[in-house]
Amino acid sequence: MKKSALFAAICVPAFLAAAPLAAKTLVYCSEGSPENFYPGINTTGTSFDVNEHIYDNIVDFERGGTQVVPGLAEKWDISADGTVYTFHIRKNAKFHSNKSFKPTRNVNADDIVFMIERQWKEDNPYFKVTSPNHSYFTDMGMPKLLKSVEKVDDYTVRITLNQPEAPFLANLAMQWAGVQSKEYADAMLKAGTPEKIDQDPIGSGPFTLVNYQKDAIVRFKAFPEYWGGKAKIDDLVFAITPDASVRWAKLQKGECHVMPYPNPADIEAIKKDPNVTLMEQAGLNVGYLAYQTTKKPFDDVRVRKAFNMAMNKKAIVDAVFLGSGVPATNPIPPSMWSFNKSIKDDEYNPEAAKKLLAEAGYPNGLETDLWAMPVQRPYNPNARRIAELMQADLAKIGVKAEIKSFEWGEYRKRAQAGEHQMAQLGWTGDNGDPDNFLHTLLGCASAQSNSGSNIAKWCYKPFDDLVTKAKVVTNQAERTKLYEEAQKIFKEQAPWFTVAHAVQLKPVRKEVVDFKLSPFGRHTFYGVDIKGK
Amino acid sequence: MAAPPFSVLAMLRFILTRVSLIIPTFIGITLLAFFLIRLVPGDPIETLAGERGIDPARHEQLRKEYGFDKPIIVQYGIYLARVLQGDLGKSMITQEPVLNEFSSLFPATIELALCAIIFALVLGLPAGIIAAIRRNSIFDHGVMGISLAGYSMPIFWWGLILILLFSVQFDLTPVSGRIDVLYYIEPITGFLLIDTLLSDEPEAFWSAVNHLILPTIVLGTVPLAVIARMTRSAMLEVLGEDYIRTAKAKGLSRFRIVALHALRNALIPVVTVIGLQIGVLFTGAILTETIFSWPGVGKWLIDAIFRRDYPVLQGGALLLGVVVMSVNLLVDLAYGLINPRIRHTR
Repeated sequence: MKKSALFAAICVPAFLAAAPLAAKTLVYCSEGSPENFYPGINTTGTSFDVNEHIYDNIVDFERGGTQVVPGLAEKWDISADGTVYTFHIRKNAKFHSNKSFKPTRNVNADDIVFMIERQWKEDNPYFKVTSPNHSYFTDMGMPKLLKSVEKVDDYTVRITLNQPEAPFLANLAMQWAGVQSKEYADAMLKAGTPEKIDQDPIGSGPFTLVNYQKDAIVRFKAFPEYWGGKAKIDDLVFAITPDASVRWAKLQKGECHVMPYPNPADIEAIKKDPNVTLMEQAGLNVGYLAYQTTKKPFDDVRVRKAFNMAMNKKAIVDAVFLGSGVPATNPIPPSMWSFNKSIKDDEYNPEAAKKLLAEAGYPNGLETDLWAMPVQRPYNPNARRIAELMQADLAKIGVKAEIKSFEWGEYRKRAQAGEHQMAQLGWTGDNGDPDNFLHTLLGCASAQSNSGSNIAKWCYKPFDDLVTKAKVVTNQAERTKLYEEAQKIFKEQAPWFTVAHAVQLKPVRKEVVDFKLSPFGRHTFYGVDIKGK
Repeated sequence: MAAPPFSVLAMLRFILTRVSLIIPTFIGITLLAFFLIRLVPGDPIETLAGERGIDPARHEQLRKEYGFDKPIIVQYGIYLARVLQGDLGKSMITQEPVLNEFSSLFPATIELALCAIIFALVLGLPAGIIAAIRRNSIFDHGVMGISLAGYSMPIFWWGLILILLFSVQFDLTPVSGRIDVLYYIEPITGFLLIDTLLSDEPEAFWSAVNHLILPTIVLGTVPLAVIARMTRSAMLEVLGEDYIRTAKAKGLSRFRIVALHALRNALIPVVTVIGLQIGVLFTGAILTETIFSWPGVGKWLIDAIFRRDYPVLQGGALLLGVVVMSVNLLVDLAYGLINPRIRHTR
């Protein structure tokens, strides 16, 4: 009996076999599992890569760039004082459906209001569902910035801010602002299973989630009714492959089409493979060494300049980044708008550095500490090695630097409190806006806070005035001018030794058509096609 | 000699003693899992914050929400009380209950570990036996040499070499994963070899088998080496015993001597070693699963360490500990079965 059942199990399906998977399947060898399907509490790029296919935002970043383009909002108006944003929602955006829910209406103002209130209002029934820790919403300063969010009519939403904030639109294009269905949320709340909306996600994005097996696979299907038109591929599969060398082996064999984060040791082989293109782009990041400008000896700009001239940046970047980094001149990366090309980096000149140091009152050199992160970061593959190279360069001008390190969380906390004299750190941009670097990392507000990101503790009024003004002006040409000027002051005052911008390297198989690198390091497959199928 | 009836009682007593030993071990595991991870610097909230850092007031609020603001002994008490009620908590990263995550991932680990141990037994036992019978032959030296190499092999390196050779170079096996991405198999038992047979896509079974080959070899290598060496030395010891000489003198065939008289006695230490290897298998699974993108509990625990996901680490270590303890208990019982002396000597 059992045997025949087994036999039937094997044979019958040969007739009933489901139709073979649709012709165009793109396989992406992703590096890990998503945290869950609620972008509002996600903190990793791995989760964003998944959720960005499922959910739409009010506004989006253009594919492969940092410009803000229409998303669920077809258009928007900003009041003259820059505090009132009125969004006009497109009427043809449909939600996905799943086993437990079929939407009865298109995306409308209720969903937008729900997206914000879920993260903002503690009395929202969904505030605590899955997790109350809406990291990005808080980190981007939304609770302080938002005054009100109102539904004007079914397809119009008005958001009022407490003060003008030019990067606000860019903030809304970030993944934390992915729009969930309010109707689905209400239905699940009624059914007593509110957490379901974050487990069996329903969005209005270009792909629907078919299934997810932790640490194994995420499977999507193109959503035929997507407002932007159906994706060119039919099926999208994330084959979760944590080891970089194994990802490369899979790519070589054609088991996947695109892979992130190649192993530096494999780069040579990747370049030689005739079936693979290695795409590269300087990412939205910067790695730097910050001088604690409120402490001796770094309160003297001459000392900072002398140090900048003493360290051989090109040698450091070549030795540590192995071709995956470009030396940094400005605090913002060259791919960001308002990057000031006219600025010259401090030249490497130990003799001049020595002289300048003597002028500043240290003819016999000095002693200092030099902090190095204990972990690899996207903008810095090996802080310890960099510290050693810096130490050797500094020794040549008579500076004795002692390398120090702490556990990562502790390291950052102590650096933010300003306990160091020199500390390495870096930043990866969130929203593509220069404000996110210049104001966040170098403004007075974050220098004065013990948990701010300005670890140089550099508060310089002429600079701060510029970046504060650029925050409230909404005209981009005007903002560009302000930021260009700010970068000039930065270089003169030298609160940092800018080290490098890490380059993102992406091996992609040749049959993949029109895959674009995202400056944010995201992997988006809407608009991508596969040849020859 | 037939065992007298009281040996059933002795057996029961033996089982009870062994089972009661589980309780202190269980508490020991909860203690270790709970305190060791807290000795590692960095709390989960800080670790997640990245460059951005976190506002101290908010940090405090989150610590409170997770209960980290209480004295550590109180935290342990709360944790233990919850564990006794079967509540292992929720992952701080995915917000999923730890038990759900464990039970969805564990079958993959079991499947791989079982295949690895079968692989190790099927090759290791005969190799050890033949090496013992043909002592000092080329075969013997070969087996001992290879098993020493296998025992010392770094798993990560071994896995990558096999992938490069068999998957990339010769195109014989898939690189990684549990099954071809084209198949979607609804998990029923969680064991893909079974689920694929139950599914409507029978070819999926072969895909699953294909995907199992390399990880099985990699994970099975160390146990294979240990089992081969252990079988050989146990056999050598037994083959020198008086009763074997008697059997030989009686004119029994060589096969009967080895298979019936020697092997049964030689197996006793081997069974113990197999039991101990279960723990080794789980440790090896951590690396093997990472290389082969195998969705099991090993990879899950490693991620939890990096992210300081306390509930997952505590729960995962506890559940794995319980599994290893149960296996060892079974091995002890089996040991009692094949070696009557253990039953009698309480």
